[in-house]
Amino acid sequence: MLEAILNGLGGLVAGFQALALDWRSIIMLVIGGILLYLGIKKDCEPLLLVPIGFGCILVNVPLSDLMAKEGFLRVIYDAGVDTELFPLLIFIGIGAMTDFGPVLAQPSTFLLGAAGQFGIFLTLLMALFFGFTKLEAVSIGIIGACDGPTAIYVTSKYAPHLLGAVSVAAYSYMALVPVIQPPIMRAMTTQAERATVMKYKARPVSKTTKILFPLVITILGGLIAPKGLPLLGSLMLGNLMRESGVVSRLTKASENEIANVVTLFLGLCIGATMSGAAFLKPQTLIVLGLGFVAICLDTVCGILFAKGMRVLSGGKINPLIGAAGISAFPMAARVVQREGIKYNKKSYLLMHAMGANAGGQVGSVIAAAVMLSVLAGMGIIS
Amino acid sequence: MSDEVLAPMPGKITKILVKPGDDVLEDEEVLVLEAMKMDNPIFAPSNGKVKEIRVKEGEEVDVDHVLLVIE
Repeated sequence: MLEAILNGLGGLVAGFQALALDWRSIIMLVIGGILLYLGIKKDCEPLLLVPIGFGCILVNVPLSDLMAKEGFLRVIYDAGVDTELFPLLIFIGIGAMTDFGPVLAQPSTFLLGAAGQFGIFLTLLMALFFGFTKLEAVSIGIIGACDGPTAIYVTSKYAPHLLGAVSVAAYSYMALVPVIQPPIMRAMTTQAERATVMKYKARPVSKTTKILFPLVITILGGLIAPKGLPLLGSLMLGNLMRESGVVSRLTKASENEIANVVTLFLGLCIGATMSGAAFLKPQTLIVLGLGFVAICLDTVCGILFAKGMRVLSGGKINPLIGAAGISAFPMAARVVQREGIKYNKKSYLLMHAMGANAGGQVGSVIAAAVMLSVLAGMGIIS
Repeated sequence: MSDEVLAPMPGKITKILVKPGDDVLEDEEVLVLEAMKMDNPIFAPSNGKVKEIRVKEGEEVDVDHVLLVIE
């Protein structure tokens, strides 16, 4: 009898014993704690870091089996991440939130949204150089899109073992855009360039244009890069609902309830991929490093392109707006506005930057789509 | 000579920091204009005295709307 009780009590300490033997779980519990600290105390993307951090803690408590077959987190993961459903649902919400007005009013800013994607391709080449497989390299390069859902979509499909590292990199660098970009912006421009005042000329955009935009992009983008149509299509569906103005209940549900529920589950699942054995590898550090390089290169390419536009326009373009050609919306545009006004109190770059930023939103999705279709064309993916 | 302060972009006036008769210096913050959910400070274009304020707090303005006049 006494022995049975002692054995039973032994079951209560088994977890502690397992933890004591598993240094990786201990480190991951600390990492989970750090993510929570950043989210709760530092207000750094709390909507993502709180579920990610907690998911990371859950999955690293030994013997808990949350990610084992039919475990709590495994069920959510299989339903939403493995099927790529979650990032797509989030995209409907992003489409519903994004006003493409500034880019439609100033179509030239769309080009900056394309230029800001070159970092993806440069990083892809670097990842290949470091010995990653083609599919892994695509997933790492896509961090440079500065776009969480796109990165998760591509990675969960083609390199699921990197999902934890890629999504942590994508989301943390996105949160760090206001820190990463300004030094690059300063280093790459002259005082005269930074102080250039750009007049905002509002070209009225008709409702018809705003409704046709998502339709044309969907069909054209889908024809060019059919592999990316799920991403592009869900983004544009959300935007069409927004601009149509007739389904405000659906638009609101997409940008609030659906996006919130999915963000919670997606965050938990990303945390759940961060088990010690999968995350604590030199590979993860390289992914984090390359992701950082990707975002820096995006900024550099965007600014270089804007400098080219400045020359062609006879000095009318402030090259700072090139930095907004990434997908981190509307953060990158705000960074540009804040930096611009530092150098000239009469300089308001916000609307121009918003155009580039909205262009970057579409640009990153198109870049991912093009990459997938090129891979399909090469026969690497089916 | 008077200087008109124009709205650099469409948005909503959230704060007016000066009143008529105030002396302002160039690059002093006179208004806050909220555009694309971001508060943007609007600065005085030159040294002078606020002659007239043409907007109210909470007012939506379009680009190039005259916000205030400085002389």
